[in-house]
Amino acid sequence: MGDSLLVVEALTHRYGERIALNRVGFEVAKGEIFGLLGPNGGGKTTLFRILSTLVAPSEGSVHMFGIDVVRDQNEIRRRIGVVFQAPSLDRKLTVLENLRHQGHLYNLRGRDLQSRIDRLLARFGMADRKGDLVETLSGGQRRRVELAKGLLHKPQVLLLDEPSTGLDPRVRRELSDYLEQLRDEDGVTILLTTHLMEEADRCDRLAILDRGQLVALDTPQRLKEQIGGDVISVETRQPQPLAEQIGKRFNIEARVLEGSVRIERTNGHRFITELVEAFPGQIDAVSVHKPTLEDVFIHLTGHRFEGDVT
Amino acid sequence: MSDSQGNYFVLPAVTLWWREMVRFFRQRDRVVGALATPIVFWLLLGFGLGRSFKTPSAPEGHGYLEYFYAGTLVMILLFTAIFSTISVIEDRREGFLQAVLVAPVGRFAIVLGKILGGTTLAFVQGLVFLVLAPLLGLHLGAASFAWLMVVMFLISFALTGLGFVIAWQMSSTQGFHAIMNLFLIPLWLLSGAVFPSEGAPTWLGWVMKVNPLSYGVTALREGLYWTLPHPDAMVDLAVTAIFAVGMFVLSLWAAQRTTRGDLQ
Repeated sequence: MGDSLLVVEALTHRYGERIALNRVGFEVAKGEIFGLLGPNGGGKTTLFRILSTLVAPSEGSVHMFGIDVVRDQNEIRRRIGVVFQAPSLDRKLTVLENLRHQGHLYNLRGRDLQSRIDRLLARFGMADRKGDLVETLSGGQRRRVELAKGLLHKPQVLLLDEPSTGLDPRVRRELSDYLEQLRDEDGVTILLTTHLMEEADRCDRLAILDRGQLVALDTPQRLKEQIGGDVISVETRQPQPLAEQIGKRFNIEARVLEGSVRIERTNGHRFITELVEAFPGQIDAVSVHKPTLEDVFIHLTGHRFEGDVT
Repeated sequence: MSDSQGNYFVLPAVTLWWREMVRFFRQRDRVVGALATPIVFWLLLGFGLGRSFKTPSAPEGHGYLEYFYAGTLVMILLFTAIFSTISVIEDRREGFLQAVLVAPVGRFAIVLGKILGGTTLAFVQGLVFLVLAPLLGLHLGAASFAWLMVVMFLISFALTGLGFVIAWQMSSTQGFHAIMNLFLIPLWLLSGAVFPSEGAPTWLGWVMKVNPLSYGVTALREGLYWTLPHPDAMVDLAVTAIFAVGMFVLSLWAAQRTTRGDLQ
């Protein structure tokens, strides 16, 4: 537990009868970009609310910097920056007014506040827009101001809830670059939730949440290596019987997922030939690809990522 | 509370207050709606009912335009208070409030900043309307003006607090509008703002007597007719002050609770 900055233990949260989080535990080291990956409704938003001190958990504990998040809320709040999924900027105020307001909430003022605002706006390329009303900014620009807002009080930990939702791919990459820069240059520990594989791939480590449970915790690379080699998917008219036959014939596990048969196998390209020869006429199409995080998710949970739009 | 924590009170409250000001004056339609609507009501009802309105307690030649003046003033305070507290719901829905809630700011500062913001706006709008008093032949001396300031401030504070308590629990502005029509407007109607309790049926008279806003309306009339004898003036002022403090305490209590809106 030595260099763990965040320690989550046996965290459980209920909304009435419904269990949103079920005994989730993990640790985040200082200076890493840690991702919480999961489908919508998987529990990551609840976890985010608990980490950001918005909601107290039903059971279990969260410690940041060795401080209990529930017991010493204000101390935690001073040291974390939070960027919510919903825009928190006041659209009727200018960029500068929004940031000043935020600074005042953290008891920053005067020249110190002004120089922090100037530095952050320059860093995010927004210096020339500081007098503009937020409602005149584009989505990507607003997200940059949100980020500046969350960083104004120099937090040691930055929490971001679905930071790339609603952003186009170019702005998403830009955002990931900013986050890496923060980690490398400022030593900020970053924890973000996402349901986008591309974003999850850029995290140092990932926790995968499904139906309130932690199903995996590792680097994206090692998670993908869990899958033996390649992922093969077979399009056919009758997936169920074919999956059973494949399973028997090659003594492997073949799953049916949304009308196609999925197989995980080393040397996929060679296996395809065997497969097509073994079941002539039954296979409409075959594809093979290197495992993605989505494959990891399917491998671990047996179902696809629900609510994944992109 | 250490020093560094103590400072997390004044500046946050002031900045929340300041935001209310900026937002209000950037949204001109809100200014117009909260001030012009009551004035139109006042003129239409005042001239319309005119001299057909008679009340035993009013002096001779006291038409409806004059009777309804204090009621209109309270309507302006109420409308401004409602408009400024509706923004609590918008702030929650749009996400602004979340960022405030995770800042190291106590709920006391948040509630105070917000309510003082609405109070200031209502108070200023009320002042603008008060300028019209001489048109009715009401001449306000320094003492009566000071009294009116205090009463207006307390009523504004109480109504903004009341609006805050309601708005904090709401997840949609539609819900707030329903409460406004079913509760806040009747609260105003039954405060002596529109008709005096003397002519009303006994049960309605009782409702008006337990309505804390009635005392505020009466206190305003006492300020407007400063030279007449007002034996109960201090009682009216005290009830209005208790109303204001009570609403603040209730707002604080409401703000400690996590509401459904936070979980969406």
